[in-house]
Amino acid sequence: MATTVTGEELLTLYGQMAVIRRTEKAAHDLFLSGLVKGTTHLAAGHEAIAVGASAALRDDDYVFATYRGHHHALARGATPEECLAELMSRATGLCKAKGGSMHLTKASAGMLGSYAIVGAHLPMAVGAAWSARLRGTDQLAVAFFGDGATNIGAFHEALNLAAVWRLPVLFVCENNLYMEYTAIADVTAVPRPAADRAPAYGIPGEVVDGNDVVLVQEAVQRLARRARAGDGPAVLEAETYRHYGHSRADPATYRPAEEVERWLKHDPLDLARGRLHVLGVPAEAVTAADERATEVVRAAVEAAKAAPAPDPAEALTEVWADGGAAWRT
Amino acid sequence: MADLMVPQEASEQRRITYREAVAEGIAREMRRDPAVVCLGEDIGEAGGVFKTTAGLFKEFGPGRVWDTPISEQAIVGAAMGAAMTGMRPVAEIMFSDFLACCWDYLANEIPKVRYMTGGQVTVPLVVRTANGGGLGFGAQHSQATENWAFTVPGLKIAAPSTPADVIGMMAAAIRSDDPVVFFEHKGLFASKGPPAPPDHVVELGQAAVVREGADITLVALASMVPLALTAAERLAREGIDAEVVDLRCLVPLDVGTVLASLEKTSRLTIVEENPYQGGWGATLVSVVADEGFGLLDAPVRRVAGECVPLPFADALEERVIPTVDKVVTAVRDLAAY
Ligand SMILES: Cc1ncc(C[n+]2csc(CCOP(=O)(O)OP(=O)(O)O)c2C)c(N)n1
Repeated sequence: MATTVTGEELLTLYGQMAVIRRTEKAAHDLFLSGLVKGTTHLAAGHEAIAVGASAALRDDDYVFATYRGHHHALARGATPEECLAELMSRATGLCKAKGGSMHLTKASAGMLGSYAIVGAHLPMAVGAAWSARLRGTDQLAVAFFGDGATNIGAFHEALNLAAVWRLPVLFVCENNLYMEYTAIADVTAVPRPAADRAPAYGIPGEVVDGNDVVLVQEAVQRLARRARAGDGPAVLEAETYRHYGHSRADPATYRPAEEVERWLKHDPLDLARGRLHVLGVPAEAVTAADERATEVVRAAVEAAKAAPAPDPAEALTEVWADGGAAWRT
Repeated sequence: MADLMVPQEASEQRRITYREAVAEGIAREMRRDPAVVCLGEDIGEAGGVFKTTAGLFKEFGPGRVWDTPISEQAIVGAAMGAAMTGMRPVAEIMFSDFLACCWDYLANEIPKVRYMTGGQVTVPLVVRTANGGGLGFGAQHSQATENWAFTVPGLKIAAPSTPADVIGMMAAAIRSDDPVVFFEHKGLFASKGPPAPPDHVVELGQAAVVREGADITLVALASMVPLALTAAERLAREGIDAEVVDLRCLVPLDVGTVLASLEKTSRLTIVEENPYQGGWGATLVSVVADEGFGLLDAPVRRVAGECVPLPFADALEERVIPTVDKVVTAVRDLAAY
């Protein structure tokens, strides 16, 4: 398919995906070695959605993500070092170790949070888009969410409100076929959980190959343009697959072997490499990007390991805007 | 409910209703700050089901006063998103019982985002809601739900009892950089009081001694304040001089004013409309036990709602929520202790 992306641009996107892939691998390994507590929901396999969408957005647009949000934080400009430090409970973490894996947030980069209650952030994205309208800017808000979120009330309330107020918000569903351990198809009345519902709210619902960074970028660009022009919200359902299990050490044995194999062959990094080849980018340049990614993440792991634990006094700060936590006068 | 009526005064002219004070309080802030916007069900041209937003749509138009669908999650969720990105939204949830429909936002999202992002995000919003019983609306439209919010770290909680306080605390709530849940009491909407002076601001977390007394401290909130005042007048005729403290806010909680009052009276009765179990009065009592035990000459008492859903009939409702009689009886016993 003909695209507008240049080899140089695509190499940049590839490099970002390579960094995310390696950061997720590092998070997985650090978890298994006991250095990451709690849980992680890795997004290896979903890289093209975060990177493709971010490439189509402006720096002043807003992004809201879920507990599976490492890739969005990284694509939006958080460094592997601050993300891994957060996962490893270090004072240098992205959220000063108060958020953890499920809450990676980089507000200064327009990444307004990762929310662990399924679907909760969709109305927030609507509110951010409403705020852009009220302030007379043409900023866009994007909510990334899983297929499972489409059966939550907040999804439907958000789509309806965004539609009646014609707000510049994009709802991007990362359909990886599974919720936790249950296939979305087993519990959903329509085959395309997000795209099929959009017409019920009078808004477009498109489906895209979520593993093809170029197609994702183009789709988001197109829908963003119409949203900024005042034509209202849209739903983009990006088909993808998670390489790891749902969380932690879930081996994902509930997935049929041939399905896993088929999707692993449809890897976002492989797809991008194929496109780079077609665009005439030399193999050495791609290898160099891979090596850079490996080095960035290796250094990030080392730096995060070396960083100090947070001061326990920090636990009693930042509830309120004055920085404190006092509930009494 | 007769108990909720504030004592009438001769001159009616310079008095406004609590309901008018809500709209006035919001309007003052909307005039002052273009970032203040309202959203909620029927709040626009219709002026709200309790007429607490009457006049706002006419003055500020549809760009500042937004009618929403019946979508409590979307209302509060959108308010949150707008607050995170430069606006100061004032969201109305029609009856406080309906906070349960958007409880995720009050319990999980709004109060936690600042903390769990390490201070990156500020959420300056107000969720206003009509709270409490007294109007015969039955179990799903009459609850005093301020304790739901009180269990969640990260929410400020205002519950004014007079029109002037409504205006002054609305100003403080809307100007607050922190999220505030603003409980307007249904039973007080028709009550009247002196108007608020221009630029009236009542900082959150400042209780008011609304009646001075030497024998016992009555601590009350919202509709329980006029009720406690009426009880105090009756008790005065029996020679018991009650001091009445209007708490006005649950977070921040003004423990200092309560302890200072106990230094004078050494006896404490708390009057809460909500059910006894889990009520804010229990927290206040525990703080007093911790920090003011030596001030007490008698046990503390809580006059609170019974642990049943609010029944419909007046006679049944009166049986389960505090009344002047119940307060008078409790105080009389305590004064004799
Ligand atoms: C409201 C709510 N219910 C249940 C959960 C538990 N939970 C966490 S992730 C998850 C699956 C969500 O699946 P999906 O939306 O498809 O996203 P994915 O994990 O596939 O990215 C569930 C049920 C939750 N976090 N929030």
